[in-house]
Amino acid sequence: MTDILVYVPNSGKHAAEVLTLARTLGDVSAVAFDDASASLAGEYGAAKVYRVEAPGIDDYFVDPKATVLTDLARKVAPDYFLLPSTDEGKALAARTAVALDNGLMTDLSGLAPDGTATQDAFAGTTIVTAKATKGFTLATIKLGATEPAPAPSSPEVETVNATVAESDQRVKVAQRVDEPAGDRPALSEARIVVSGGRGVGSAEDFALIERVADALGGAVGASRAATDAGYYPHKFQVGQTGTTVSPQLYVAAGISGAIQHRAGMQTSRVIVAVNKDADAPIFGMADFGVVGDLFQVLPQALEEIEKRK
Amino acid sequence: MNIVVLVKQVPDSGLARQLDAQLRVDRNGANNVMGELDEYAVEAALQLKEAHGGEVTVLTLGPGQATETIRKTLAMGADKAVHIEDDAVAGSDALTTSAILAAALGRLEWDLVIAGAESTDSNMGVMPQLLAARTGAPALTGARKIDTDGTSVTVEHQRANGYDVLTANLPAIVSVWDTINTPRYPSLKGIMAAKRKPVESLQLSDLGIEAAGQAAAANEVVGAAARPERTAGQIVTDEGQGGTALAEFLAAEKFI
Ligand SMILES: Cc1cc2nc3c(=O)[nH]c(=O)nc-3n(C[C@H](O)[C@H](O)[C@H](O)COP(=O)(O)OP(=O)(O)OC[C@H]3O[C@@H](n4cnc5c(N)ncnc54)[C@H](O)[C@@H]3O)c2cc1C
Ligand SMILES: Cc1cc2nc3c(=O)[nH]c(=O)nc-3n(C[C@H](O)[C@H](O)[C@H](O)COP(=O)(O)OP(=O)(O)OC[C@H]3O[C@@H](n4cnc5c(N)ncnc54)[C@H](O)[C@@H]3O)c2cc1C
Repeated sequence: MTDILVYVPNSGKHAAEVLTLARTLGDVSAVAFDDASASLAGEYGAAKVYRVEAPGIDDYFVDPKATVLTDLARKVAPDYFLLPSTDEGKALAARTAVALDNGLMTDLSGLAPDGTATQDAFAGTTIVTAKATKGFTLATIKLGATEPAPAPSSPEVETVNATVAESDQRVKVAQRVDEPAGDRPALSEARIVVSGGRGVGSAEDFALIERVADALGGAVGASRAATDAGYYPHKFQVGQTGTTVSPQLYVAAGISGAIQHRAGMQTSRVIVAVNKDADAPIFGMADFGVVGDLFQVLPQALEEIEKRK
Repeated sequence: MNIVVLVKQVPDSGLARQLDAQLRVDRNGANNVMGELDEYAVEAALQLKEAHGGEVTVLTLGPGQATETIRKTLAMGADKAVHIEDDAVAGSDALTTSAILAAALGRLEWDLVIAGAESTDSNMGVMPQLLAARTGAPALTGARKIDTDGTSVTVEHQRANGYDVLTANLPAIVSVWDTINTPRYPSLKGIMAAKRKPVESLQLSDLGIEAAGQAAAANEVVGAAARPERTAGQIVTDEGQGGTALAEFLAAEKFI
């Protein structure tokens, strides 16, 4: 029997993907710190849920959760311990690795039943296969590694009561600031993303990108040149130091296609580019491209889209 | 306030990169530069030093050519450097790397360690938390803003849809994103001064580390392949119909 321990941070798409992948490897035990996460685990086929009750745990950064997960991993002694590749998931994996003196792998884009992991290297231009050679497989799974597929189960629920030790109270979360999400779909989960780059030229003109996104029901993204220039807020940046997206459709307007930008969008199913430079690298990866001025091309496309709706 | 900055030399991430025959990062055929996010860590350290005094020490683990990266940090304004260089390190995993860096941190006096949020060659983004676990210092990672009053540190931890304000007492470990500042260029005066700044060279035996390299690693790269090229699509030149053609493509693909 292969035992898989999965950290389920919330009820989002990424967590559902990790649970879906874990199910292909063996029997899944999920660790949930709230009810929404616990019920997601049941929707996605977990055999068991460790429902952790730890009052005050969210007032502190990483440490108390790391202690809970490390203790559970020690007790369960799983063959795999999988977490989503987010800042928190990676931090928790790192803490577990040192505590249990076990290796770790990050940002897996796949994990086969024989334990072979796939990772993207060098902004996704190289695909690496790797394997744990000692201990158990402790790994974080990248968003988009698999399609989430529900498989409702009635997991056995074990309540774990934990207290936050004083030694885990060193990093206080003094304030949580959530910027308003707006009406558009979340960037990392959107089916369609329309991004603008330096070629958009100003914050005002990003309204054109927003109009195209809204006409298609998509999210708005931006290149780093656009966020650095203040055309659009940083949280919408797509790429290596921004968000990684993997939508059905990615539209890049006024974006050259630098390697660090491609790192964040190259697994999109369909890529469309609008750029006035026929030699822009983005055309090398586009399924459909228009060489032209985005201020001519996009308004005309919008008109045609409205007509066809 | 004494600050240690962690800096890793990496192949330029804007150029083509590859693995060598041993499936390790090819550093010989590459244009090696300071980790692009580590530049922001150096800048953050220099700004804190300018406000609070103290010394900035650069710590790097890497092959001989990493001295170029060290020179650049010293030219930017760091005071001194420690370079761990040992052939036995090649092929080490993140756990071993963290053990080596933690041993070196144990020999230095610091109130703050500042690292990049992730390296730009293997991008694991775990070193600050691994070092926190090993040194016992708290880690405040992924900062887009950092402040200190000399006894505690406050950062804005960047998230996808906002940020968290984190605080901890010093000594602490902080990692930074490229949103935190704009790194300075070394001045001519800085470049001249760098030549006289001390660089301590250490080997694993100096740090009491016995096992490193692939033999000590807990995972192994077993294969590598170039990502299949995306099949070339249809490119049209706008001669007044580009937008319509675009909409027709989207409709054919059922996005409208
Ligand atoms: C394609 C590829 C995949 C890999 N996968 C894995 C894996 O899954 N598991 C694994 O254990 N190892 C893996 N490795 C090896 C691993 O990358 C190295 O051990 C590395 O030292 C640690 O990872 P990082 O550079 O990604 O560190 P990160 O955690 O991304 O580094 C963050 C920061 O820590 C500091 N830092 C990191 N390294 C150094 C250094 N040498 N000197 C000074 N400061 C430093 C820098 O400030 C840096 O910005 C992989 C290597 C490659 C090339
Ligand atoms: C460590 C590091 C991390 C990075 N992380 C990221 C990241 O996460 N995301 C990211 O995007 N970048 C990232 N970058 C930056 C990256 O290298 C590029 O600088 C950036 O992606 C360029 O953005 P751009 O394509 O909008 O701008 P440019 O490269 O300047 O391209 C603008 C394009 O717009 C076209 N254009 C101009 N006007 C028009 C018009 N009217 N109509 C049509 N086309 C027009 C031009 O032909 C050009 O191709 C990173 C860099 C580093 C070093």
